[in-house]
Amino acid sequence: MWSCLGKCFQRLNQRHYALICKVSCVQQLCSSSSEFTDSCYNGLYPGHIPTTPIQKALLAVGSGVAALQDPYRHDMVAVLGETTGHLALINLRDRMRNDPEGYTILIERPRIRLSTLDLSKMASLPDGSFGREYLRFLEDNHVTPDTRADVKFVDDEELAYVMQRYREVHDLLHTLLGMPTNMLGEVAVKWFEAAQTGLPMCALGAVLGPLRLNTRRLQSLFTSLGPWALQNGRRAHCVLSVFYERRWEQSLEDLRQELNIEPPPVILAASNNRST
Amino acid sequence: MAASMRLLVKRVIRLSHRNFNATAAGVSGRSGCCWGTASCRCFSDDRSTHFGFETVPEAEKAKRVYKVFENVAQKYDIMNDAMSLGIHRLWKDSLLHVMNPQPGAQLLDVAGGTGDIAFRFLEYVRSQQERQRRRSARSMQTPSWKDISNNYSTEEEERPQESKAVVCDINKEMLKVGKQKGDSMGISAGLSWVVGDAEELPFDDDQFDIYTIAFGIRNVTHIDQALQEALRVLKPGGRFLCLEFSKVTNPVLARLYDAYSFQMIPVLGEVIAGDWKSYQYLVESIRKFPDQEAFKHMIEDAGFYCVQYYSFTGGVVAIHSGFKL
Repeated sequence: MWSCLGKCFQRLNQRHYALICKVSCVQQLCSSSSEFTDSCYNGLYPGHIPTTPIQKALLAVGSGVAALQDPYRHDMVAVLGETTGHLALINLRDRMRNDPEGYTILIERPRIRLSTLDLSKMASLPDGSFGREYLRFLEDNHVTPDTRADVKFVDDEELAYVMQRYREVHDLLHTLLGMPTNMLGEVAVKWFEAAQTGLPMCALGAVLGPLRLNTRRLQSLFTSLGPWALQNGRRAHCVLSVFYERRWEQSLEDLRQELNIEPPPVILAASNNRST
Repeated sequence: MAASMRLLVKRVIRLSHRNFNATAAGVSGRSGCCWGTASCRCFSDDRSTHFGFETVPEAEKAKRVYKVFENVAQKYDIMNDAMSLGIHRLWKDSLLHVMNPQPGAQLLDVAGGTGDIAFRFLEYVRSQQERQRRRSARSMQTPSWKDISNNYSTEEEERPQESKAVVCDINKEMLKVGKQKGDSMGISAGLSWVVGDAEELPFDDDQFDIYTIAFGIRNVTHIDQALQEALRVLKPGGRFLCLEFSKVTNPVLARLYDAYSFQMIPVLGEVIAGDWKSYQYLVESIRKFPDQEAFKHMIEDAGFYCVQYYSFTGGVVAIHSGFKL
């Protein structure tokens, strides 16, 4: 048992040394050029903070506790996802690589931000098209795609992009599933994501989210929404492998069929306040 | 079984020690090219200083320190309690015991931010005053008429000057938090909050009896200038007191302290305050500060006499004291 632990430690050690070497290579590159301003960063990608395995473990525990105490601390949920999701991210990345559209995404690295979206063009699209419905979702729920935190603690640049893509696709998932951003809608989306991605943070959110729902919503979750979300999560096409930026004109129903997602069994009303 | 357990523990400590060394070597090997356009093209201002383990131009350091404290101001007290497990309160109480202020003393607390030292000072002085009054009441149990009339005449002239505490800080956010704390504690008499730079204090010469700077002087760009200013604003006979993180002498404790600082504190910063980098700066700046003896020499060079230091918690913090004569 102890030799097993020792080997585990050695592996962690090696991985960390590799990380330090990579990071110091980036730093060497930075120091040799003289024209860098904000593009110079301490890590493998902008915003990267290299961490030791001990720090990651402490972060996972601490952010878990903080997220449980105050579920509105989105940064803590994000940190929990990053520190616990290594294996699931590798799995996701491999699934993306095996899919032609996913592979394109990994090469081109599109980002969903207000600056990259053409809002006026999307508003002019017909009702029922994906772009128009997404815009309606953003307006009804008073959210913007720019509120997603940047990835900080993932020690591989491609996996960090996969994590970032997962975060940015979350809002699009709301549109695809027809779920608003109130607590019940978020829990339903979390169940779908847990079944799809296998990220421990999603699983944790899926298990602990219902604790904050009242009985009526719990009933709705367990009888209709929950099973629907889980089933669809399991059999749907990998949602990260879809190049959404090129599919704004596609009809929402068409996209749902393509991804093998059934429309929601219950229509939930969008709410402006954060209701439990 | 016990042997392999010991091996495991040694590996953990070595792992964290090596990581600390590796990150330190990696980061300090980098020159300060990246931050701000002023760095590469400004020829007149090419003196650089340290910002944690980074090297930055001197003009940049003050701005970056300002930003750090602006970000952490709201969670500063909670973080202090979490990081030091509440021990920082004992350190600050020790500072007051070393200071032993008497009623009537005028205190200037520089980099006082959230006001911990100033509140303790006022509390201490008030309890000293209570004790003095009680003592004089006890000694006056059976006064004669002559004593009573003497008392009435002297009371009018000898009203002691009220002790005042001035909290000076360069950062408005920290002062705001401190003022809110003071208001909620109901302490407002004898307390004032001033924005000012430790290297250039907005006070006249020979104003204060006691000058304190607690956990602030390592953030100052030119420590010698701050010491000169301290000498200037103190009255002759005034006392300079500095509470600051210092060098841990015991090697075992030093290793544990390093591991704790570099592994735990930035994590606490991220979880509680949502800010990793500020707390990374904090632990790095502690390593860059001179040790007890070196700082004692700096204080003597500035012109203070009878400079002494007291180490606490194995050298984690030290209180340096000097007099202006």
